[in-house]
Formats: sequence, C-alpha cells, structure tokens
Amino acid sequence: MAQVSSSLKSENDAMRLRRADNLKARKLNQNIWYVLLWIGSLVTVAILLAVIGYVMAEGLKVVNWEFLTTPPRGGLSGEGGISTTIVTTLYLVGLTLVFATPLGLGAAIFLVEYAGDQSINNKFIAGLIQFAHFGVETLAGIPSIIFGLFGYALFVSTLSLGWSLLSASLAGACLILPTIIRTTEEALLTVPRDLRQGSLALGATKWQTLTKVVLPAAMPGIVTGVILSVGRIISETAVFFVTLGGSYRMPTSIMDSGRTMALHLYYLAMDTRAFDKAMGTAAILIITIIIINLVIDQISRRLTRGVRGMQ
Amino acid sequence: MTDHDLETPFKTKLETKDYSLYYGKFKALNEISIKIPEKQVTALIGPSGCGKSTFLRTFNRMNDLIPGVSVTGSALMDGMDIFGLDVVNLRQNVGMVFQKPNPFPKSIFDNVAYGPRVNGLRDRERIHEIVERSLRGAALWDEVKDDLNKSGLALSGGQQQRLCIARALAVQPTVILMDEPAASLDPIATLRIEELIHRLAENYTIVIVTHNMQQAGRVSDYTAFFYTDETRTGQLVEFDRTHVIFTRPKDPRTEQYITGRFG
Ligand SMILES: Nc1ncnc2c1ncn2[C@@H]1O[C@H](COP(=O)(O)OP(=O)(O)O)[C@@H](O)[C@H]1O
Ligand SMILES: [Mg+2]
Repeated sequence: MAQVSSSLKSENDAMRLRRADNLKARKLNQNIWYVLLWIGSLVTVAILLAVIGYVMAEGLKVVNWEFLTTPPRGGLSGEGGISTTIVTTLYLVGLTLVFATPLGLGAAIFLVEYAGDQSINNKFIAGLIQFAHFGVETLAGIPSIIFGLFGYALFVSTLSLGWSLLSASLAGACLILPTIIRTTEEALLTVPRDLRQGSLALGATKWQTLTKVVLPAAMPGIVTGVILSVGRIISETAVFFVTLGGSYRMPTSIMDSGRTMALHLYYLAMDTRAFDKAMGTAAILIITIIIINLVIDQISRRLTRGVRGMQ
Repeated sequence: MTDHDLETPFKTKLETKDYSLYYGKFKALNEISIKIPEKQVTALIGPSGCGKSTFLRTFNRMNDLIPGVSVTGSALMDGMDIFGLDVVNLRQNVGMVFQKPNPFPKSIFDNVAYGPRVNGLRDRERIHEIVERSLRGAALWDEVKDDLNKSGLALSGGQQQRLCIARALAVQPTVILMDEPAASLDPIATLRIEELIHRLAENYTIVIVTHNMQQAGRVSDYTAFFYTDETRTGQLVEFDRTHVIFTRPKDPRTEQYITGRFG
C-alpha cells in the first residue's frame, strides 16, 4: 500500500516536473515570439524614421524663407524656390474637396440611409446597391494613371477645359471619391440604431435625425476619409501629370495650368540636377501633410465635442 | 378577446380593438383589445417573444420604421385613430424610453433640449426652462446641474436612463412608453427608476414592458399578461388591476406564469 502510494506520488512528481518543463518551454516560445514582434515593429518604425529623417535632414538644408517665397525659375538647372507649387497644391486640395466631399457624402448617405431601407423589399434597389458597392470597390483598386487618362480624355480634351486646376480637381475628385464613399459608409453603419430610434421617437424627422444625430456621430470616421483623401491628392503625381499641365507660374484662376509640390518634385528629380531642391520640396511636402492632418483633426474634434464621452 | 375588455374607473387614454400585427406574413399579435387608463401605470408582462415590445411600439408607431409591417383592427389615443394622426405629432405626445439607455453623443443640456429644438423651439430662455424642469422631473437635476455641458455618455447607466426620461419629458408628452427601462441597470439604479415611475404617474400615462414580476408588482396599477404558444403569435390573456393579476388571476396560464413556471 505504502509502496503503491509512493510510486503514485513519484509519478505525480514526474508529471508535475514535466508540466513545469512544458511550462518553461511554452514561456520560452512565447518570449521568442514577443522578441520577434518587437523587432518587427522596431524595424518598421526605424525605417519610417530613417526615410523621414533622411529627407528632412537633406531637405531642410536648402529650406529657408527665400526657398518658400520665390517661384521656381524653371529650366534644367532647377533653380528658384517652390512658392507657387505650395499655393497650387493648396488650391488643388481645396477645389478637389469641394467637388468630391458633397458628392461622396451624398452617395454614401443615400446608399446607407435611404436605399438601405428600401432594398429590404425591393430587389431592384438591392441589386443597384450591390452594383454601386462593386463599382466603388473596383474604382478604389484602380491605378491612378487610369483616372489621369480618363480625366485627360473627358475634362482636358472633350470638355475643352484644357490643362487646368479645374480639370485636375475633377479628375482628382474621381480618384478620391471611392475612398470618401467607403469611409463615410462605414462611419454611418457604425452609428447605433438606438440613437436613430431615440431621435425619431422624440418627433424628429428622418432628415433631422440624419443631420443632428447620425452625421455628428459619424463625423470622426468621415473626417478620417477626408484626411486620407487630402494625403492622396497632395502626394498624387500620375493624375495631375496629364490633367494639370506643369506650369510653375502662380495660378490666377481655376482655368490656369499649375504644378503641385509632388509634380515639382517629380520634375526636379527627373529633368534637373537639382537633387537638393528636390529634397527640400519633399521635406516641405511631408510637413504640409502633417500640418493638414493636424488641422483637420482639430476641426473634427470641435465638430464632435462630446461624442467620445468626454469634454 | 373581448372578454378581457376590462372597464376601468379611469378615462381611457390608449385603446386597441381587435388589433393584429404582421411582420410580413408572420402574425406577431392576434386581435388585441385593451383599454389603457389615463395617468395610471400599466405593465405589460409575459414570456419573451410574446409581442410586448411590438405591442408597445404601436402607440408611437415605431413599427412604421420596420419594412413589411402591416396591421388590422384599430389603435386609438384619446379616441382618435393613431394611424390617422401625423406621426411627428403623435411622437411628441407619446414619449419612449428604451431598454438600453441611448443618450445622444451630445452634452446633457443638448440631449434634453433636442426634442424641443427639433420641434422648432428657438427661444433660449424657454429652452433653458424646459431643460431644468425636465431634469428635475426625471430626478436628475441635483446630480448634473453643475455640469450640463458634460457629455451625456459620461453619466452612469442609471443616470443615462434618467437623462433619456428627461429627454422624453422635454417634449411634454402625455404618454410615456417604457420598454424594460431597467433591464440593463443595477438594483439601486433600478429602484430609483421605479420611484421615478411612481412619481411620473401623477401626470403621465405610463405603459411599461417588464420581464421582472416583482417590478410589475411594485410599479404598476394595471397589468396585462401576454402569452404565446407554438404558433409564436402573441395574444393578450388577461388584463386587470395588478393586485388581482398577482393574487387571483382568472386564467390558469396567468397563474402558472405568475408562480414562476414560465419565463
Ligand atoms: N423587426 C422584426 N421583424 C420580424 N419579426 C420581429 C421583429 N421584431 C420582433 N419580431 C418577432 O415578433 C415576435 C414578438 O417580438 P417582441 O415584440 O420583441 O417580443 P417581446 O418584447 O415580448 O419579447 C417575436 O417572435 C419576434 O421574433
Ligand atoms: Mg421586448
């Protein structure tokens, strides 16, 4: 009896030991993976910092007040500053948003808030919505030069708008519409049904519910879409290469040709030997994107005060 | 079901006659006839899925929002056909409190001011007055009067639910519908809501759906017992004064339910 129990005991011990071994092995395994993940994220951040740091370090050497406030001088030397390209970039971003935001928001609101309800009983509308979604998904994945070609064919030549801010912003709007529609749709879909019902139950109309409850609640998501789009416009070259022309003069109307910072950078890098100026332009480009993100983020915080459950 | 057509000593505020409701082809309610008395608390009880919420939503026509719903029979408020009224008007008259507190992602003040504002009130002083009166009415004023600009979402669950009650009071309804208003709250918050319901019954007609027998016993003057069988179609089994339902129900199904054999 005593023997049995002692052998049992030792067996237990052995098992406990094995389990402990096993535990050690599992912990080791886990730690190895942690380290690998850590290294992965460190490398990612390092690469990012290296790119930005390099561009900033090289670029800021040539950045000074004069660089920011004089227009490019043109020609192969790449002399001059980038003042007109900054202005053109801002114009183009503004004008593109003017076209794309109302259209994109409108389409998304219609798809989610109105067609969505009707599609339950109406096969035709349900099919239409599916087709619209398919179209939006497809457009989002198309290389941007195709939007450029389309913009060139339709706006520049067929509608005779020429190389101009107008043609470029219309083509740019086509480029970012899918993004705006998709992000807005997702933002609207995350607004709880309870909120809509609460509003309707107080005697609000559907429209009031949309504008006073649903849109404000969806605003952070919508703004994210707009920020993504702004970044896309600022960094886009292919579309504007064929729709905006390349004039480095200051545009005075929306029918003028122009050159964005990204385009200028492209010209400098490809057609001139002014590599330092290209770096300087790149640095300003990055800074512009950061500033615009911050500004839009601030605006959205204002608009959505209280949404996040705090002051 | 005319045998449950109980005549109360009170004026009838809400009424249905042979009222049936269909979700598409599915019959969710079968010929409900009931007279809900004014300025009393009427509880709707019964096992889950028997159509209590569906029936409650009749009175502010929230069922209109569900595609494919159709009804037969009639539903009246103050003797007038509910489906003939302007729906926005109706919903100003018939407030609703939902199962999960659903304050808007806005400040406490804006939550309560929402109803008056969408109904066209612009006068800031009037709005202030209404907000204060409604928050007092919902027994929330003392807790929030110093931070009306705080987000409604920053309140506790029980406070959020009282905020939703204040929000409903602000449009000056005569009826308040409550669909399991305390289902997501802790016992203390539940008790506060129940006290509040008691107080509100002095001025409002209250219809409350509840899962909780004790709660029905505590807060209501009248109780309607809904039931459903294999057909899943809800029917009104018995409607009477709450103490009658709880002590000597006429229908054996009511008795079984009350004594805890169901639900
Ligand atoms: N929007 C809806 N569409 C289809 N059927 C529904 C809908 N809402 C509820 N029902 C059905 O109607 C019946 C009653 O539901 P409900 O009124 O929510 O019951 P209760 O509130 O008593 O639990 C259930 O069988 C439920 O599945
Ligand atoms: Mg229910």
